[in-house]
Amino acid sequence: MTTLVVAEHEAGALRPATLNVISAAKAIGNDITVLLAGQGAGDVATAAGNVDGVSKVLHADDAAYAQEIAENIASLVMSVAEGYTHILFAATAAGKNVMPRVAAMLDVSGISDITSVESADTFIRPIYAGNAMATVKSGDATKVISVRTTAFEPVAESGGSGAVETLASAGASDLVEFIGEELSQSDRPELTSADIVVSGGRGMQNGDNFSMLDEIAEKLNAAVGASRAAVDSGFVPNEYQVGQTGKVVAPNLYIAVGISGAIQHLAGMKDSKVIVAINKDEEAPIFQVADYGLVADLFDALPELSKALDG
Amino acid sequence: MKILVGVKRVLDYNVKARVNADKTGIELANVKMSMNPFDEIAVEEALRIKEAGNAEEVIAVSIGPSQSQETIRTALAMGADRGILIETDELLEPLAIAKLLKHLVEKEEPGLIVLGKQAIDGDNNQTGQMLSALTGMAQATFASKVEFEGDTLKVTREVDAGLESIKVKMPAVLTTDLRLNEPRYAKLPNIMKAKKKPLETIAVADTGVDVSSKLTVVEVNEPEQRKAGVIVSDVAELVEKLRNEAKVI
Repeated sequence: MTTLVVAEHEAGALRPATLNVISAAKAIGNDITVLLAGQGAGDVATAAGNVDGVSKVLHADDAAYAQEIAENIASLVMSVAEGYTHILFAATAAGKNVMPRVAAMLDVSGISDITSVESADTFIRPIYAGNAMATVKSGDATKVISVRTTAFEPVAESGGSGAVETLASAGASDLVEFIGEELSQSDRPELTSADIVVSGGRGMQNGDNFSMLDEIAEKLNAAVGASRAAVDSGFVPNEYQVGQTGKVVAPNLYIAVGISGAIQHLAGMKDSKVIVAINKDEEAPIFQVADYGLVADLFDALPELSKALDG
Repeated sequence: MKILVGVKRVLDYNVKARVNADKTGIELANVKMSMNPFDEIAVEEALRIKEAGNAEEVIAVSIGPSQSQETIRTALAMGADRGILIETDELLEPLAIAKLLKHLVEKEEPGLIVLGKQAIDGDNNQTGQMLSALTGMAQATFASKVEFEGDTLKVTREVDAGLESIKVKMPAVLTTDLRLNEPRYAKLPNIMKAKKKPLETIAVADTGVDVSSKLTVVEVNEPEQRKAGVIVSDVAELVEKLRNEAKVI
């Protein structure tokens, strides 16, 4: 009984999400093999072997894996899938793109976004924007799963003893060609793994006003997020979106500013440890999930908050 | 070129889902049902592609109970040319849906299949990727921009760190993200016209597709509720509580 964890990495390091997935793999209880596909990512493969709980790393080094092309990664996973009872992905944009392909090729049901491992074949996952939790049991020979990273504490990056084995490339699809990417540049923590998140909604009124949130985020070493309304209005780019169909976050502290609290937004942040809501509408649904609510005009409250954090 | 577009009937996005009394699912009796929002975006994109002269026919497909005809009629009122309902009262897994769609793909031979990236009931985000894998067609998920370049599509995709662009050969499976377009509303005369558009119904059994699943729902529960919080009087009190009570800053 062995679990295969399909790792993600960028800029010469494992993505934090992979450490959460390995944590879910440990909860399942099998030996853990990590699959690392990349180009020139040998150091990351070695690092993956050192991660707590990992007993083996399969490393494929090829230009086909220089980007996260779903077809190519799925073919590679399929080349080794037979030996595993569980195949785990992070429920990230990259993981969601590949997991269902692998499930379909194995003719098994995919299990999306698990938040709990009840046993080796039974898992809990949110449905209806997290308004219900479904306990599902799989009778498939291979369980193909994506893991909601915020639901599992990351494992340590040391303590493992996984030897790195070379895996042959499964080749590149000729149906798809990578053109380019526009990635946001930020020195601050990444939204899904930050300890503190400061998010703005429609109440911010425009993109320039997000600089007030940036200022506070700077002081708290926080990431900045947004509601769908703020993204749709063009205040900030899509990668800021927290919610049912955006990113799911569960930081120690989530500060929601000018966010009314639609069901779809709550789905992305209601598992945060402490929630603060700042909104001038005291009837806003966000106050129903907030530990601390401040009914105030954000344009008065934010400068005050920024100043108070200096003290 | 034909475009096949998937439309699913789901609990309206403004209605709060409640677990039913026997904990087997969500209470769906006497609640408002609508087209999955991502599918509205899919229909809109298919129509724009047709209106730009890049497709001749848009076929709206739904898989579900007979009431899903209403969802197809909505797509027809928006401008789709005809509809197909694969009728079933069972709640099918994405794998079964993908297999049924593959059956239609073989029959209709579309150049493009446009699906929502996820349905807001099961939140699975699987069907498009599965259909691509099963048919061997190229996959372009989470699209926020689609451009035709001969027999290839340039697709801008929403990824976790921003945007990514890929080029895929057609036929292809496209799944829509929120920023792809703003769906049109059906106008009254078009709603009337939609009633006369062809809508074919096929029983799952007649497709010969195996829709069995080894994934079973054991039970469905309400999520843990958060404890009621407090309203603070000012910023000073908020900061004091975050420092000394919650100890998070």
